[in-house]
Amino acid sequence: MIDFVGKKQWFFLISEILIVAGIISLAVFGLKPGTDFAGGTSMTLHFSPPVEQSQLREEMAELGYDKATIQNAGEGNFIIHIGEITSGEASELAEKLGAELDSQVKISDYYLASPTVGAETARNAGIAVIIAAVAMLFYIVWAFRRMPSPFRWGTCAVIALVHDVFIIVGIFSILGWLAGVEIDALFITGLLAVVGYSINNTVVIFDRIRENVSRHISPDFAVTVNSSIVETLGRSLNTSLTTLFVILALFLFGGATIHYFVLVLLLGVIIGTYSSVCISSQLLVVWEKREWRALLPFVRRTT
Amino acid sequence: MRSRNIYLLIFILALFGFALWSIVPLDRNVFGREGLRLGLDLAGGSYLVYQADVSGIELGTEDEIMKGVKDVIERRINALGITESTVQIQRHDGDRNIVIQIPGIADIEKAKEMVGLFTVLEFREQDAEGNWVPATGTVNGEELTLSSRYFKENTEVTVDQLGSPLLIFEMDETGAQLFKQISTRLLGKQLAIFLGDEPLRGEDGNIIAPEVKSVIEDRGQIEQLRSYAEAQELSRLLNAGRIDVPLGRWVDGAFEPSVPLYERTVDATLGQDSIQKSIMAAVIGITLLLVFMILYYRLPGLVACLSLGIYGVVLLAIFKLVPVTLTLPGLAGFILSLGMAVDANVLIFERMKEELRGGRSLGAAAETGFNRAWTAIRDSNITTFIACLILFWLGGTLGAFMVRGFALTLFIGVALSMFTAIVITRTFLRLIVGSQVVTNLAAYGVKK
Repeated sequence: MIDFVGKKQWFFLISEILIVAGIISLAVFGLKPGTDFAGGTSMTLHFSPPVEQSQLREEMAELGYDKATIQNAGEGNFIIHIGEITSGEASELAEKLGAELDSQVKISDYYLASPTVGAETARNAGIAVIIAAVAMLFYIVWAFRRMPSPFRWGTCAVIALVHDVFIIVGIFSILGWLAGVEIDALFITGLLAVVGYSINNTVVIFDRIRENVSRHISPDFAVTVNSSIVETLGRSLNTSLTTLFVILALFLFGGATIHYFVLVLLLGVIIGTYSSVCISSQLLVVWEKREWRALLPFVRRTT
Repeated sequence: MRSRNIYLLIFILALFGFALWSIVPLDRNVFGREGLRLGLDLAGGSYLVYQADVSGIELGTEDEIMKGVKDVIERRINALGITESTVQIQRHDGDRNIVIQIPGIADIEKAKEMVGLFTVLEFREQDAEGNWVPATGTVNGEELTLSSRYFKENTEVTVDQLGSPLLIFEMDETGAQLFKQISTRLLGKQLAIFLGDEPLRGEDGNIIAPEVKSVIEDRGQIEQLRSYAEAQELSRLLNAGRIDVPLGRWVDGAFEPSVPLYERTVDATLGQDSIQKSIMAAVIGITLLLVFMILYYRLPGLVACLSLGIYGVVLLAIFKLVPVTLTLPGLAGFILSLGMAVDANVLIFERMKEELRGGRSLGAAAETGFNRAWTAIRDSNITTFIACLILFWLGGTLGAFMVRGFALTLFIGVALSMFTAIVITRTFLRLIVGSQVVTNLAAYGVKK
């Protein structure tokens, strides 16, 4: 039997490294807000024949849009985020670009959000994430109300949830810095879907722990938890695998518009499965046994 | 027990048949105009939101006036030949927004121009050649056109003794002088009502042009309107046209007319492309999924694939019958829900395998598998429901309106997946196990 509980220090260490890296990136580079949050205009330009991204960037800079975010969406499509311009100005810009780059240009997606709309969307997105975390906490406390200290179960599940969110946000902060990836309302959507999914996995394992505790399969809580993880491992992996099949297909073939949305889901399913199997139940054991030092692995060796 | 399963099977087949019939009538295209309702990111079209400057409107009358403004905009857009547009009033933190959705390949620039125009109705008379020209008069040495500006805002509809609708109006001072001159001149002739360069038309398509029967000063009435609804709309238009309600947006306390607060215009070919790509992704992802399920879980896996097929068809039927407007994130939600729908089956099959390994008989293992897995299925899906509800709320805010499609499809998908696993997979499996056609445990993925 694989010892998932015994290796908990290692799992905690891996997660802590990922989270700290993400927080550093967030503190230094922050997140790049997309049109949904920052306001402004974004549009998808279709060039036929296709042009190079570097050419487009140069031409945009010459026309005065040197701060534009340009994302290559493949097949001659580029997604551009710039300060606010009206649809009329956008058509003029597209025409000029076409003339300079000697290519037929079409605006296939024009999108303008006023800064007030963006600020409000950003605020609501933040509220949504917080409400989600609190609602999940209450739900799990309720679902495990017959166990001793149900609040502990809820807290551990929500820590795993926050863990997932931090790692994904951290990765997108790094992607924003490396590849100019912006976050938008769909990013938050993906994040919340992932939150639901990850908690879902955690609940299945917790459910098994609950069952095994009432069957008294072992006097040692750590052994009970480990058996529960192992017993549900087939399910955890297979469900994630079947979900990953469809997400991966969407990621590879689903088109540029939802590319990063699907990436959130992809990362979320992987990290969510990891945190369910390797973090949330282990936290329960740590709490039960008061082994708080396990949370700061390998610190005691140096002190 | 046996007969109950047969009834369930008949129910499932009937449900499947109905679902299939409702999504693929032979003469219709599944993704076409008559098929699933598509959001503008898939069908192409425009989504415009304007804030209304209601500062010039008397307190308490805003709602009535806004209804009039909505009517005015609807009429203008329809006049451009754009028939499937929708115009809605949205109240938001004390603001009143006008939300306009225009599908397909419409001329958006033209539509926006029309939306930005004033909401004033103009009265016109016929000249010698029969052309409609503005009906004018002279007040205080100034030549003025009779328009809804000079109406008091208390225009209302009643019925006369015979039960036909009657529109009663009052004029302000200037209006009274103006109307007196014009009605004196046009006694026995017709006055038409124009919005921009388009005459108002009744439900039958004819121009609304009441005959002047008497000299009108500060009050009057319009008779012989064809229906009560038509009279009411005219009344709203007149009330809304009394003052201009500029549409635009507020920026730092200043009003910018004609600039939308929010605009999204998607080309129809981009939407078509998105649909094709999503279908391709779905086909590849689902094929992988089915192959995996059959290879790993054998016979139960095959059963799960069957129920997944029914699941997909029923889900599409629900989308169509509710109807749910499918957006690109919504399509992703649909495909994701297919992946997640397998989850309940996996939970049950894993449980069943455990029970079989524990030495239970096939029938007992199947039943225990279902019963034991149920709490996990229920508890775990509720978290996804919570996430969907929060997303649905978030999707109500402007910048995130695409989010709602995802939340809705995922919610319906997960709810249906519970039903699929508990009812459909269970019935199939019971019938197979009960009929004892396949008793080799290897077929259930258990190695002896």
